[in-house]
Amino acid sequence: MRLYGVVAAGGFRRFATYRVATAAGIFTNTVFGFIMAYTYIALWDERPRLGGYDVSEALTYVWLGQALLMACAMMGGGFEDELVERIRTGDIAVDLYRPVDLQLYWLAGDLGRAAFHLLGRGVAPMAFGALAFELALPGSVLTWAAFLVSVVLGVLVSFAIRFVVALSAFWLLDGAGVMQISWLAGLFFSGMMLPLNIFPGTLGEVARALPWSALLQVPADVLLGKSTGWGLAGAFAFQAGWAVALLVAGRLLQSAATRRVVVQGG
Amino acid sequence: MAEPLSDQVEEGPGPARTDEGPESAVRALRNGLRVYGLIVAMWVRSTMTYRASFLMTTLAGFTVTALDFIAILLMFSHVDALGGYSLGEIAFLYGAVGTAFGLTDLTMGSVDRLGRRIRDGTLDALLVRPAPVLAQFAADRFALRRLGRITQGLLVLTYGLVTVDVDWTPLKALMVPMMVLSGSVIFAAVFVAGAAFQFWAQDAAEVQSSFTYGGSTLLQYPPTVFAEDLVRGVTFIVPLAFVNWLPALYVLGRPYPLDLPQQLAFAPPLVAAVCCWAAALAWRAGLRSYRSTGS
Repeated sequence: MRLYGVVAAGGFRRFATYRVATAAGIFTNTVFGFIMAYTYIALWDERPRLGGYDVSEALTYVWLGQALLMACAMMGGGFEDELVERIRTGDIAVDLYRPVDLQLYWLAGDLGRAAFHLLGRGVAPMAFGALAFELALPGSVLTWAAFLVSVVLGVLVSFAIRFVVALSAFWLLDGAGVMQISWLAGLFFSGMMLPLNIFPGTLGEVARALPWSALLQVPADVLLGKSTGWGLAGAFAFQAGWAVALLVAGRLLQSAATRRVVVQGG
Repeated sequence: MAEPLSDQVEEGPGPARTDEGPESAVRALRNGLRVYGLIVAMWVRSTMTYRASFLMTTLAGFTVTALDFIAILLMFSHVDALGGYSLGEIAFLYGAVGTAFGLTDLTMGSVDRLGRRIRDGTLDALLVRPAPVLAQFAADRFALRRLGRITQGLLVLTYGLVTVDVDWTPLKALMVPMMVLSGSVIFAAVFVAGAAFQFWAQDAAEVQSSFTYGGSTLLQYPPTVFAEDLVRGVTFIVPLAFVNWLPALYVLGRPYPLDLPQQLAFAPPLVAAVCCWAAALAWRAGLRSYRSTGS
């Protein structure tokens, strides 16, 4: 257990090294936040209370999206490129020799990364957004605590999805296509482009049931106080359910891959 | 396209040649374009070796940009107008900027890799070759799959053109290709200026995305959506408003933001030229200040 703690701390420190890049990323998140905020204002101007949000709640959603974009790796950018590359080159054989569990090792590293991105890339854009617009941030510490739990569960789901996708490289070798598809799905079905609760009809129902909604839509609803009481328990259960299901899928895939795949090379 | 490279070395004036004057400038430009063409042809051949992969990545590029437009369609499932503009009008704005940005992304998109090349030291290899650095750099890893983005932009532009209610005159019709081409040149200047910036701030490549990708997202929506200060910024500081807003608003017969004069609709080619000049200055200054990674 201590080992995985060290790996997680390493993941945190690794991303914390690039300070200029972090500042540049904050700048970009803020610019996109502004652009999206104005389009949302125009949209909610026409239809107040669209999707059960008022304008300030919709704006909070925008800035939350920018804040969680990196932490929940909605556009990729976590460990998966590296893992796919190790599988493709055969370096994965070395990893399998190591006295660590493959899935837990990458999970620990990704949790460290997510923790850094939540602090380094999340807090600042949110603060800029709160300065420029009137946001509907909760006053209660309990809501913030529930939100944090929801974000952690979101990161777990995000990791589990990306781990499954990366392992597909054992069979496909070139993971670029699958990764691109999963990246697209993540961007769209996490609610990054538009809140899932304003997706119309069946599309909306499907989108809200898919695992990606655990990355942004569910944490946002927790922060905005839309999920309380049993609703909150339901939200957590939804996220935890997907996390467990996908982590188990990743585990099964991992054992299948290590059992039947012949690693390339002499 | 298939001329031997030795030929190019003989006549190559390169950036270091001292004689200046219009004639040598034209020669340098022609040489740059030829180098660009040769490298692009090489990358296209290499892409075509893996046809299935090319088709898939092109399709993916098409879908990524299409998602943007699907989000707008989803918005319009709830409203009839956004910022006072109908879906057709927004499609017109979106298609114009999408096509212009797609063209730039195809021809110059690789220049935002400068920071990476400086970090790993591979920029030095480009500097010792007898060909203009910018031409080599722009053509590097030329990605034909970016045609997907252009196709998507053109489709939405066509949809916009068909649906908007405009009294077409020859002048208005001419505005459309002028807007797309000048817009693409303005974006190219932004790309090059951003790359020049990376000579000083190597890790800050992402700042560039806020002007290129952020700019193209901004321009998909009408200026009435945004705060005046933001519109002022993209008109007078980074002149992105000339990419599509000002010419397109003229075509649509819409009032101008910030009480700007309507004549500015015809300014994009001029603005593009000035941007190129400024970007060239920035690029040269950046290249001159470059000191390799050392050791």
